[in-house]
Amino acid sequence: MSNSNTYKLPEIVPTRSRFRNPIGKYRLNRNNECISCGKCVEICPYGVHALKRGRVVTPNHYMCVGEACENPCYKACPTKALSMKRNPTFDTMGDFRWPAELLASTWHMAEFGKVPEKGLEYKLGASGGGFDKLRIVFPKKKSNEEIDESDIDVGIELNRREDNAHRVRIEVPFYGGGMSYGSVSISTMLSRMRAARALGTFCCTGEGGYPDEIKPYDDNVITQVATGLFGVREETIQRVKIVEFKYAQGAKPGLGGHLLGDKVTPGVARMREAVVGYPLFSPFPFHSVYSVEDHKKHVDWIKAINPKALVSVKVSTPTDVDMVAVGSYYAGAHIIHLDGSYGGTGAAPEIAKKNIAMPIEYAVPKVHKFLTDEGVRDKITVIASGGIRCPHDLVKVIAMGADGICTGTADMVALECVRCNKCESGRGCARGIATTDAELMKLIEVDWATQRVINMFLAWRKEIVRILKKLGMKSLKELVGRTDLLVHLDYIKNGKN
Amino acid sequence: MPSKYAIHTKPVPDRFKALSKSGVIAWEEGCLKCAVCVKKQCVFKVYDKRGLDALQMIDSIDNECMNCYRCVQGCPKELIHKSINPEYKSMGNSYWTPDIIARLWWQAQTGKIPVSGAGYPGPFSGPGFDSIWTDMSEIVRPTRDGIHGREYISTSIDIGKFPRQLMFSDTGELINDLKLLDIPLPIILRLPSYGDISEKTIKGWAITASRLGILLALPVSKIKSDLDKYKASLIPVFSSKEKPVALGDEIRMVEVVWDKKGKANLEAVKELYPNALISIKLPLTRQADKDILKLIDAGYYIFHLEGTDMNMAADDQLVPSKNHLRSIHQSLVREGIRNEITLLASGGFAMAEHVAKGLICGADGVFIDFPILIALECRMCRRCEKGLSCPVDIRHASPKYVALRTINILGAWHNQLLEIMGAMGIKESRRLRGEAGRAMFFEELDPETFRSMNNLEEGLELE
Repeated sequence: MSNSNTYKLPEIVPTRSRFRNPIGKYRLNRNNECISCGKCVEICPYGVHALKRGRVVTPNHYMCVGEACENPCYKACPTKALSMKRNPTFDTMGDFRWPAELLASTWHMAEFGKVPEKGLEYKLGASGGGFDKLRIVFPKKKSNEEIDESDIDVGIELNRREDNAHRVRIEVPFYGGGMSYGSVSISTMLSRMRAARALGTFCCTGEGGYPDEIKPYDDNVITQVATGLFGVREETIQRVKIVEFKYAQGAKPGLGGHLLGDKVTPGVARMREAVVGYPLFSPFPFHSVYSVEDHKKHVDWIKAINPKALVSVKVSTPTDVDMVAVGSYYAGAHIIHLDGSYGGTGAAPEIAKKNIAMPIEYAVPKVHKFLTDEGVRDKITVIASGGIRCPHDLVKVIAMGADGICTGTADMVALECVRCNKCESGRGCARGIATTDAELMKLIEVDWATQRVINMFLAWRKEIVRILKKLGMKSLKELVGRTDLLVHLDYIKNGKN
Repeated sequence: MPSKYAIHTKPVPDRFKALSKSGVIAWEEGCLKCAVCVKKQCVFKVYDKRGLDALQMIDSIDNECMNCYRCVQGCPKELIHKSINPEYKSMGNSYWTPDIIARLWWQAQTGKIPVSGAGYPGPFSGPGFDSIWTDMSEIVRPTRDGIHGREYISTSIDIGKFPRQLMFSDTGELINDLKLLDIPLPIILRLPSYGDISEKTIKGWAITASRLGILLALPVSKIKSDLDKYKASLIPVFSSKEKPVALGDEIRMVEVVWDKKGKANLEAVKELYPNALISIKLPLTRQADKDILKLIDAGYYIFHLEGTDMNMAADDQLVPSKNHLRSIHQSLVREGIRNEITLLASGGFAMAEHVAKGLICGADGVFIDFPILIALECRMCRRCEKGLSCPVDIRHASPKYVALRTINILGAWHNQLLEIMGAMGIKESRRLRGEAGRAMFFEELDPETFRSMNNLEEGLELE
């Protein structure tokens, strides 16, 4: 693993949508009055219009910022041939947690490596609670000392136990959450692994085995040991620096995993040592774990097979999540990974996604406080996941007490997931992201996908650095647990500001 | 071990095309007639299955479309768009949302648990029961071999009077006068407050109740001779205005509406039904525990607390019924008599998790009403209330269709109860009652977490 001295950020390479017509918030209509004078091409700051063989066309509707535009073409058009309106298609997309604007701004980040300048809300969703009601408070400037952005450190150390295991540092405060081979295509998996390497971080295999294709990325792979033990071998445990125990998943806490028969293709079946076409159940819970002592035994197994490995324990968020976290610490875990109830999945009962276990916003402060009171907070790394959609969510959850986060859905959105919720049906994702269908898989090209993920995360990183600078902090570590830098709109005293 | 309770479902197609959330708009004008049109490439073959339903004037494409947007994004002339269906959006009301209605349709059609990909798309929390999260257990659960395995989770409940202790005679015979009704689901059916309901519909629901071993509560005026076969599954409901009538010995439970004047009625019903359980229906109010205590003293032991269709308390439209339910339950616990009586709740139970959460808040069982009407494709347009025709002609639907669709909904709900109870580590729905420790409440967690994040001096910038 590279250290800070030699680490170099990857480049942003603009990477356009795979589809001919990217979907944006606005559409411009050009009527027959257009005389192709080129005025609109000339004045648009966002490159919406173009001149093509003497005719003016609009290839980039999606770049239009609508009313927020400082120099609107539809007002300047000499023949009044242009009109701007909201794109009705845009309004059919998205949901409370990922409104269309958040989808479109993530697409923007994945294309250009920066947050959208105007016209799109990229900081908040519309869930009406949790992150969406929290705001970061910026204190008044205390000193004139300007922090140089290149001095700001957003990396985190993952091993705080000072034991014999690897000293692992990730250069960005996030790594890729587990998505199995089978739930997503090999191209999707590879592109996340490659992006993780470029960004100096990790990506988890999920519970679906360790395909040969990702062997070159061993140093950036976290392999998962989950209740089905699919694809787990001594050799895969020995190959990696981090091993993750998955006890539960936020989207379906207390329930097992379920890969529908349609997705069990010959490749997937081989990897999981299963039968083609039959659904695979990953049971719940670990049938060999009924106590913290049993859990310690598991951790010890890993340490016996790979003494240098870091052990991460992924759990969901029950009411006693704080006890679970401290138990994991005493069992020898280096990382406690809390997966909140609104996390992603390839398939889960809707009743589980909505109702079981608490949102990550409640779990993180609870665990942070409990570990601090126990005097072990600085000996374990707390990773949060489950509904962290954008850089602002990340900053908020770290201010509440996490050290870093895991992403999953955001990576999918970078690859142009539209959140149609059909990952599990039939041949799988029609957009080629979460599918094992040989034909649909071809919709994703690994280089394209790698760059999209890199671009998105570079945009995140830039935004995190900007926020830290504004907060007067040189390191993200200074932000951990700083709930005083957050306000929740429902609880503001006196209603000032 | 008693045999395992299972509800057998099978797909029952919609009679009418369901309303879909959004529609496809595909313009013909300007079409280049490409050799390989995006419509031909549709992964779901939506355009091939396309057809016009002449009766409903609906293009079936809207029902088939899976929202992958590939045709929208691929057409070289940008001729294909999607747009929100205003008819879908206007269904129901702020509580019975279009999404709830559409999920119920799907369950009635398939009999399956809704399963989907990606994280929960809904709001952070919601009103009433939606502000509760249920617990999970990280390392233990009741069964070692999965919730559909050999061991099982029981969803049955007892309705009736529970003795403090069992008493036996010198010869070993049970002395207690045990009057208990055991139903395999914590759910009782009842008529919704409106709907295009005919005798056929009611017969369908009676068949459902009888087949699943549960009960259907019906105003006594609706009990016609064609329901004779199903009497053991019916709960005749007597209002305080009607003179009670005897319907025979098969009736196992009756309900009397109590409005503080209903006392005389109670005595009359008791005389007509000496062997049946008597449930008393009271409005779900903050003071209901006081009335219940008085009625317990008078020898009654089953109480049905009725909230509004919007899942609110009967005495305050702003108080979710769960609040009163919890406080009434707790007050009866404090009185030391909670274990001896049965509390049933109704009003606005719209989704499977509401049943589990109703139990957690203190009910032994719940009544459901609109879900069994929505199962029949009801759109909650309320045209029937104005005497207008029903867009999905519920009254003429056959009893068989009604029964199968309702069985499907209950089958889907039963399996969802198993999921949510399995995650909680609860093996018996009887043990779920009042188990607030296996749930997390927004009104506790939210302030606990965020109350301290309140400091905002003037002039500070927020982001």
